[in-house]
Amino acid sequence: MTIMETRKHGDAADGMVGGRFSRLDGKLKTTGGATYALEQPVKNLVHAVLVQSTIAAGRVVAVDAGKAKAAPGVLSVFTPEDDLGLLVASDWFGNRPDNQPFHPLPREVSFNGQAIAAVVAETLEQATEAAKLVKVSYEETQPVTGLDDPNAGEGRLVDMLSVGWGDAEAAYAAADIRIEAEYRTPREYHVPIEPHGLTVKWEGDFLTVWEPSQWTHGMARTYAEWFNIPADNVRIVSPFIGGGFGSKAMGYTYSAVAAAAARKLGRPVKLAVTRPQTFTAYGGRAATRQTIRIGATKDGVLQAIVHRGASETSVLADFPEQTGAATPLLYAVPNLSTQHRLVPVNTVTPGALRAPGKNPSAFGLESAIEELSYAIGMDPLELRLRNYADHDYQSGKPWSTRQLREALTVGAEVFGWSKRSHEPRSMRDGRQLVGWGIGCGTFPVLKAASEALIRILGDGSVEVVSGAIDMGQGTYTILAQTAAEVLGVPAEQVDVKLGDSSLPGATVAGGSMLAGAITGAVHKAATAARDELIGLALNDSNSPFRDTGANTLVIADGRISVPRGEGPSLTLAELMSAIGRDRIETQRNTLPEGANGPEDHKRSWTTMANIEGPTAGDLSMHSWCAHFVEVKVDEDFGTVRVSRVVSAFDCGRIYNPKLAESQWRGGIIMGIGQALLEEGLIDERFGRVINNNMGDYLVPTNADIPHIQVISVGIPDHDASVLGGKGVGEVGIVGVAPAIANAVFHATGKRVRDLPITLEKLI
Amino acid sequence: MRAFTYERASSVEAAAKAAASNPEAKFIAGGTNLLDLMKLEIETPTHLIDVNDIGLDKIEPTQDGGLRIGALVRNTDLAAHETVRRDYGLLSRALLAGASGQLRNKASTAGNLLQRTRCPYFYDTNQPCNKRQPGSGCSAIGGFSRQHAVIGTSEACIATNPSDMAIAMRALDAVVETVKGDGSRRAIPIADFHRLPGDTPHIETVLEPGEMITAVVLPPPIGGRQIYRKVRDRASYAFALVSVGAVIQSNGTGRIAVGGVAHKPWRVEAAEAELPNGARAAAHVLLADARPTEENRFKVELVERTLAAVVSEARG
Ligand SMILES: Cc1cc2nc3c(=O)[nH]c(=O)nc-3n(C[C@H](O)[C@H](O)[C@H](O)COP(=O)(O)OP(=O)(O)OC[C@H]3O[C@@H](n4cnc5c(N)ncnc54)[C@H](O)[C@@H]3O)c2cc1C
Ligand code: SF4
Repeated sequence: MTIMETRKHGDAADGMVGGRFSRLDGKLKTTGGATYALEQPVKNLVHAVLVQSTIAAGRVVAVDAGKAKAAPGVLSVFTPEDDLGLLVASDWFGNRPDNQPFHPLPREVSFNGQAIAAVVAETLEQATEAAKLVKVSYEETQPVTGLDDPNAGEGRLVDMLSVGWGDAEAAYAAADIRIEAEYRTPREYHVPIEPHGLTVKWEGDFLTVWEPSQWTHGMARTYAEWFNIPADNVRIVSPFIGGGFGSKAMGYTYSAVAAAAARKLGRPVKLAVTRPQTFTAYGGRAATRQTIRIGATKDGVLQAIVHRGASETSVLADFPEQTGAATPLLYAVPNLSTQHRLVPVNTVTPGALRAPGKNPSAFGLESAIEELSYAIGMDPLELRLRNYADHDYQSGKPWSTRQLREALTVGAEVFGWSKRSHEPRSMRDGRQLVGWGIGCGTFPVLKAASEALIRILGDGSVEVVSGAIDMGQGTYTILAQTAAEVLGVPAEQVDVKLGDSSLPGATVAGGSMLAGAITGAVHKAATAARDELIGLALNDSNSPFRDTGANTLVIADGRISVPRGEGPSLTLAELMSAIGRDRIETQRNTLPEGANGPEDHKRSWTTMANIEGPTAGDLSMHSWCAHFVEVKVDEDFGTVRVSRVVSAFDCGRIYNPKLAESQWRGGIIMGIGQALLEEGLIDERFGRVINNNMGDYLVPTNADIPHIQVISVGIPDHDASVLGGKGVGEVGIVGVAPAIANAVFHATGKRVRDLPITLEKLI
Repeated sequence: MRAFTYERASSVEAAAKAAASNPEAKFIAGGTNLLDLMKLEIETPTHLIDVNDIGLDKIEPTQDGGLRIGALVRNTDLAAHETVRRDYGLLSRALLAGASGQLRNKASTAGNLLQRTRCPYFYDTNQPCNKRQPGSGCSAIGGFSRQHAVIGTSEACIATNPSDMAIAMRALDAVVETVKGDGSRRAIPIADFHRLPGDTPHIETVLEPGEMITAVVLPPPIGGRQIYRKVRDRASYAFALVSVGAVIQSNGTGRIAVGGVAHKPWRVEAAEAELPNGARAAAHVLLADARPTEENRFKVELVERTLAAVVSEARG
């Protein structure tokens, strides 16, 4: 996919890094020009439809596919009887058991809604109809349907996630002021606007997969391993993604089923996961519970935090939704202990949903901090500033940059926090109780290597090429800006090609790390291209610059000339023509020195094994934010509406404020949904998600969202990334839910510790 | 979706006749509810009779000073109609509190009255549901019942009627006019139109098979403060947890119909008699026989509060 047309509003910085450039893909999307995975026009296509289990635990005893096979148009019905000939692929970190068969349609049922059969037919309607005719008989066993199931138990301690220093229990016991409370978050789902699914086509041993992907290279590796073919034989194509939020970074069982069916049938297959099926075709955010105990002095100096959390996972695999992820980071505390347990239940394996771990963790901690502020009668802003962490207590390392104090003070100023009266129920607007609350957020800086290719073409235009993806967050746009800045051309002259695993390697668009990683690679490749072009201009026998005596040249506004001097000035096209070149091509990566073999590449773009955490070096690097929220609670009905949000962010240097603000706002909007609306309802009797559609799983509408003012207080952090930015994509949701819960308490005097805050909890 | 045949009826009579001749047929108006149910194969008509073009889209005064609303008048047009806004403000407000602009542009008056419940188990074809599959059991009893009915329920079904418009129609004493396949016509007071679930939750109204709604007639205007209050989780585009439609006169008397609590718009004349004694008194009579579940007990309290808010708004 390539984008030529740019559209912009904004200031003089347009086009360069830091400019308010509108999304390059925006017009294509709003005019229907963007082609998504399930819209790929592929000839000779057949359609697969999944059959999902209707029990939560047990065994498939028999599948009667007779009627389905006899139905019009049906080509095949795949069931647990069929060996699809697949092998288990590696996990995210590249670990893989040897030669272990993979059965994406298993006989053992471990959750309600698990794919157990698939019907392939000539048309979608025929496949859908026939899928209903597949009769499955089960041998049922007693499921464990959630954290509160009496048979769920306490779960297993995850040692790796235990953090501690000092003697937290003793310090808590000795503290003047002690608070203790349990906080809970329910299952939550990504519900991206584009549902999941894929179109697959085999040509011999070569596989093309059109599938929305947050990570084309990682997913290509997975398919290659499933089918035991070379990684280069798989091509994942994903130029546009209708939202992922963490749910589109891997191939799922249905992906394997579609690809296996296509191979068996010798025809391209399209598999569209229906919206209800998406609730169990992959995992959302796991339900969590956590107990927090805080000990403090009477004047609000933290003495101890004791945190005990748990999240559910599936019986198949571990996915900890770390309730202690933010706990050690936000405040200065001399004694701390956090532990996290995993409780296996009969659910699809949970997955990463915007700010995994940090999000529920901040809900607990930031609620507890305000509970403390009321317990000692101190303004919650003051309490937070009093316990400001001047370094990372967990790692003992200094922060790279941490503008959280600025976020708190600037946010408070803009919000008008000083006008707050501290007493709950003391602020009103007619029949509405008004409440103000704060929630802080954090998200680690993760670093990964990536690769990019730059082409300067004969007509002076520039191409940026990478297998990185853009799921709406703005990769196309900031890469055009990055290349434009380095190469001295207007951004309109830059065309960006993304979303294809056959292009240069890129890390996952997850963990808020892609922008930092890929701008680094583009910057490096573009710098090399510029140097090469200048080198040619100075040395090529046909170059008009050859005899100028200059030892370097400048490129600005698309023209190349001698610095500060008289002399020729050429457009890039004129220069390219003069030196007789139709292209200059440079490919660069940001792998460490000496790591450049094929294995290094494979490990770097197709696994997460080489990703560096926030404290891998001498510093501790994170994004930070502070949310100030006003709610209005209708006293009669208990309905909560968020009426104002001011949030200040430290995400380092902002490559494109317009896009970053949009990411922040998006995170805040999701946080409002999480606080007030979103909850997967699991029927305990069947372990089934009851509200598995967008009519019943409520996300905010426009009417639920007030004016949201976002402010950047960051400063460039060149330890965090080449261009000085830190992650922007996830931090925005972190701290929103507690800010709302805190505001609701301030408004009503009622503390809601289990999300969402629905009206019956307030009346 | 099952295969079906389709015809566009040319007149009221032709539509009624077509329905009479095929017990598997259904009328289709806006299709905003029917098509969703057909896609899920909860409704499986083999034939659709499109009634959009048979002249039922008019709003006309009646001889006695009331208003006849054609069955195919769109919710948007009805809510915006001058007479409705002036004399039947409750109806206009209730309509605008429902669904979304796009849906209201398609949704018809008859279709709205006949929309089916939003019980999630009714939509999940893998679960037992007496309304969808008579005799299979009710999954909501013992399951998630937060949205469900608190009064007039049965052992067979605890679903609610989700319509906002119907609450207003009930408070305004509307009359549903119909035609049967043999051409005979009848007028059904809205109070008798929707049924309680009893043992036959799949039968939701007193309409006979093939009977078509031609119009809904409003009696002459009764004045008063006309208020519709809808309490819901989300600020827009959500069904009511509880809603109150009220017409309150200056002397404190009035009418109240409540939504979100029963299988039909819930109105109890004896409760209205209590209105001058305040919302609490009225609510107690209104929900005297309430049998909420653990999960929807809050609705009983919420009705009282909503009623109180409405009464105080009417006074203020
Ligand atoms: C996402 C969504 C949100 C919604 N939110 C709300 C809400 O908040 N509040 C609310 O009140 N409603 C809501 N609705 C429901 C909406 O109001 C109804 O779908 C709509 O009113 C149905 O009207 P229709 O003309 O489209 O009916 P159809 O779908 O065409 O028909 C519905 C039924 O009526 C029958 N029928 C139609 N016309 C006649 C006739 N003349 N005689 C006899 N039978 C007839 C059909 O056979 C069918 O059984 C929502 C719907 C959706 C999809
Ligand atoms: S409440 Fe009614 S509609 Fe819901 S499951 Fe029970 S029978 Fe079906």
